[in-house]
Amino acid sequence: MDYFSNFIYMRSEVSLLGVILFLLLYDIIAGNKGMRYFQPVAIFLFAVHTALNLFPYEAGESFGGMYQYEPIMTVVKTILNIATLLIFLQAKHLFDGDAQKNKRGEYYFLTLTTLLGMYFMISSGHFMLFYIGLEMASIPLATLVAFDKKDKKSAEAGAKFILSSAFSSGIMLFGISYLYGTAGTLYFSDMASLITSNPLQIMAFVFFISGLFFKISLVPFHLWTADVYEGAPTNVTSYFSVVSKSSAVFVLMTLLFKVFGNLVTEWHNILFWIIILTITVGNLFALRQRNIKRFLAFSSISQAGYIALGVISGSSLGMSTVLYYILVYVFSNLAAFGVISAIENRTGKLSIDDYKGLYQTNPKLSFVMMLAMFSLAGIAPFAGFVSKFFIFYAAAQQDLYILVLIAAVNVIISLYYYLRVVKAMFIDKNDHPIQTLATDSWNKASLIICSAGIISAGLLNIIIDTITKYSFGM
Amino acid sequence: MNFLSLFVLVPVLMILALFLSKNRKQVLAIMVTGSSLLVILSANLVYQYIAARNAGAVDPMLFTSSVAWYKPLNINYSVGVDGVSVAMLCLSSVIVFTGVFTSWRIAPLTKEFFLWFSLLAAGVYGFFISTDLFTMFLFYETALIPMYLLIGVWGSGKKEYSAMKLTLMLMGSSMILLVGILGIYFSSGANSMDILEIVKTTIPVQQQYLFFTLTFFGFGVLGALFPFHTWSPDGHASAPTAVSMLHAGVLMKLGGYGCFRVAIYLMPEAAEKLSPIFLVLTGIGVVYGALVAIRQTDLKYINAYSSVSHCNLVLFAILMLTQTAMTGAVLQMLSHGLITALFFALIGMIYGRTHTRLITEMGGLMKIMPFLGVCFVIAGLANIGLPGLSGFAAEMTIFIGAFENTEILYRVLTIASITSIVIGAVYILRTVGKFLYGSIQNPAHATLDDAHWYERFAVITLIAGIVYIGSFPLGVSDMIHESLGNVVAQLVR
Repeated sequence: MDYFSNFIYMRSEVSLLGVILFLLLYDIIAGNKGMRYFQPVAIFLFAVHTALNLFPYEAGESFGGMYQYEPIMTVVKTILNIATLLIFLQAKHLFDGDAQKNKRGEYYFLTLTTLLGMYFMISSGHFMLFYIGLEMASIPLATLVAFDKKDKKSAEAGAKFILSSAFSSGIMLFGISYLYGTAGTLYFSDMASLITSNPLQIMAFVFFISGLFFKISLVPFHLWTADVYEGAPTNVTSYFSVVSKSSAVFVLMTLLFKVFGNLVTEWHNILFWIIILTITVGNLFALRQRNIKRFLAFSSISQAGYIALGVISGSSLGMSTVLYYILVYVFSNLAAFGVISAIENRTGKLSIDDYKGLYQTNPKLSFVMMLAMFSLAGIAPFAGFVSKFFIFYAAAQQDLYILVLIAAVNVIISLYYYLRVVKAMFIDKNDHPIQTLATDSWNKASLIICSAGIISAGLLNIIIDTITKYSFGM
Repeated sequence: MNFLSLFVLVPVLMILALFLSKNRKQVLAIMVTGSSLLVILSANLVYQYIAARNAGAVDPMLFTSSVAWYKPLNINYSVGVDGVSVAMLCLSSVIVFTGVFTSWRIAPLTKEFFLWFSLLAAGVYGFFISTDLFTMFLFYETALIPMYLLIGVWGSGKKEYSAMKLTLMLMGSSMILLVGILGIYFSSGANSMDILEIVKTTIPVQQQYLFFTLTFFGFGVLGALFPFHTWSPDGHASAPTAVSMLHAGVLMKLGGYGCFRVAIYLMPEAAEKLSPIFLVLTGIGVVYGALVAIRQTDLKYINAYSSVSHCNLVLFAILMLTQTAMTGAVLQMLSHGLITALFFALIGMIYGRTHTRLITEMGGLMKIMPFLGVCFVIAGLANIGLPGLSGFAAEMTIFIGAFENTEILYRVLTIASITSIVIGAVYILRTVGKFLYGSIQNPAHATLDDAHWYERFAVITLIAGIVYIGSFPLGVSDMIHESLGNVVAQLVR
């Protein structure tokens, strides 16, 4: 096998790298005139990249098993691509301020680099590549969080994130080193059979898995989430809440299924309690939030708990339902963030109280926000209902009725706070509602795509059929 | 495509048309056309159903069809009807149709009101036609959420509180129901979520106990199962007229229908064993609802508690597990649906004129608005169970059926429940006497006008339904009775 045929399975990485390099050069070469077209060019190129990598091909591995490809990874990467594309569409106002005016290139470069890191993380077959991918996905993210460097909150959030991220990486590396010490290999495929339930390995596993839980922000590893979400520019927050989280969930799932299959009873127990904690704590904290970004931070924590409910079932169906849930979550959450950034950019208002009476002045934005809230809460007939049902279905199939019951009861708590936003917009009276806003056409496009996704993803069976074709279980 | 799907398609098309509509005239035109179409569809369904049965069709469900929807999860879009669902579909059509006319002057946001109204209707119709557990649950939830905005935006009084309470309680019970549904499917081992497939399997008895409780409770809360009925009086009191009508008239019937279609039909052994527990609860609910109604002064609360009493009677009759009592239960659903819708419509019309619902602040209204007054008396008499009106036919059937059970507990509970009729007479006659007859309390009321044409139309339609069921109950009850044979055959007794 000659050197270049190694790249045959790395098509998506190569094409993403192409986009990144092109944008980097464009940023350097293009003058002021060219920079005006930067966003359209970036979106166009990224859309082409998404379209090129839409179809899965046969499974295989490169670089002696360092890099592994399976068709399901195309599905995951496509979901991440769609999410990133939607976030790019919402990014226009990120560059409004004086400090950010010339940072277009950096924004796209950094975002796409983290995405590349996630690609590597997803497709890795070796702990080394996995770790490199993980760091590549974290460090530029910290820069993005501090994107608005004149804003103290943003800078603080950036520092907070890089510190806690480094800490969790340290813990994870510590776990990996023990795994290496006990197994003598770092290849996923070799390690699976060398994992036995000896206490040292279990300890190493717990350290390792904590690092991943941190990424997904499962309770009790969630403490960074709310502050970082609040401080980061809204666009970056939405990137955090969907893309970064989804990739980590998928990696968690493949690792648990493929590498730690022998420790199934252990991780089953760990996840069982973590899920209960995550859903409940996330929900209870979300109840009290007044700031809509903090509110969505806690809501996304509890959503992560539901996603983990699909992971714990350990079946092929569990994997399909998780991916489906993530796709629906992408649409719903990005719809919410799209509306929030549209309002924040024009008025700077971020409190739920500011949304009172929004329907009178901005019926369309309120309608999209309502769809998003209903979908996040899991209300029929929107996609969120179907995806929640599927997650519960996968868990009930494994007789996890207790978990399903707890999660289902939590749906009611979450319903209360999601409805609070709807109530503010539609029912509450306000003498000075936010004035009628004109949303820019890019953001409008993203909101239309999200709404279409929320309404149709639950009714079309083609999505779940496609995902199921490629997913695998333990 | 199966013609039953039209019942869902029409409301969905109505929603799409409403999105495009420009002014109030267009909105009303869409609503009237759509709801009339639904009435025609139901009439056609009754005709076809009876024709098919007369031609000798013996399947438990007719006009069935099933399309794979989510194949990896064995979820189908399956539809089918039996006598009970046909009756329920007709009821829904009548209530939706009259609901449109009673909200003729709804404002502000007319378009949005009817948007949610149609979504609610789509959910209700979908629930009654579907035979797949997932589809059923999907439509069930679809019917619940519009209530929040309908009450919250267009309601009166402490509407935010009531809307939130109602939504959270009903959604809460539906989540418990969700666990029940999943449990039924997985413990049955069937290879489809279709009820008609699951009924062919036997669910282990131990699992039945657990999942029967969850399912019956889940549906029961929507059917105002005592002591989880508390959402209903507040919700009804705050809701706008048409929403109260639709909610008490149709939505609460989803609970009763689900209890017997899912809980009892699929888990007969558990139903046998556990029915006494729920019977005691519903028995208390029947008497309690009626007693509380006596002490109320707000017209809507009086009717809401009366509804609690009657809806508990539906669940009570279903739990008696005899064919006659269950027939009575379905008749009671029909009858209560019409009567309570009529009540809420009249209360809404009276409130629209007097701007008060307290019976202490009104008097002598019969002289001022004779049409509304007479109709209110008719509704009251039907509620008490005057022969010739629908309440009599339904309650008579229920109590005869209930008495077929010879065990002492069942007998005692039946006798206790019968007292609700007497109590019903107390609060109805007292209410009518207080605010319709007597001298005019508030001189400002003397100049009020009687019902408009659209109000008369709605009221007369409902009264016609009540009189039809009351005077010619056999046609309806035969259709229901026949279909219930399948359910009762499942029971081991």
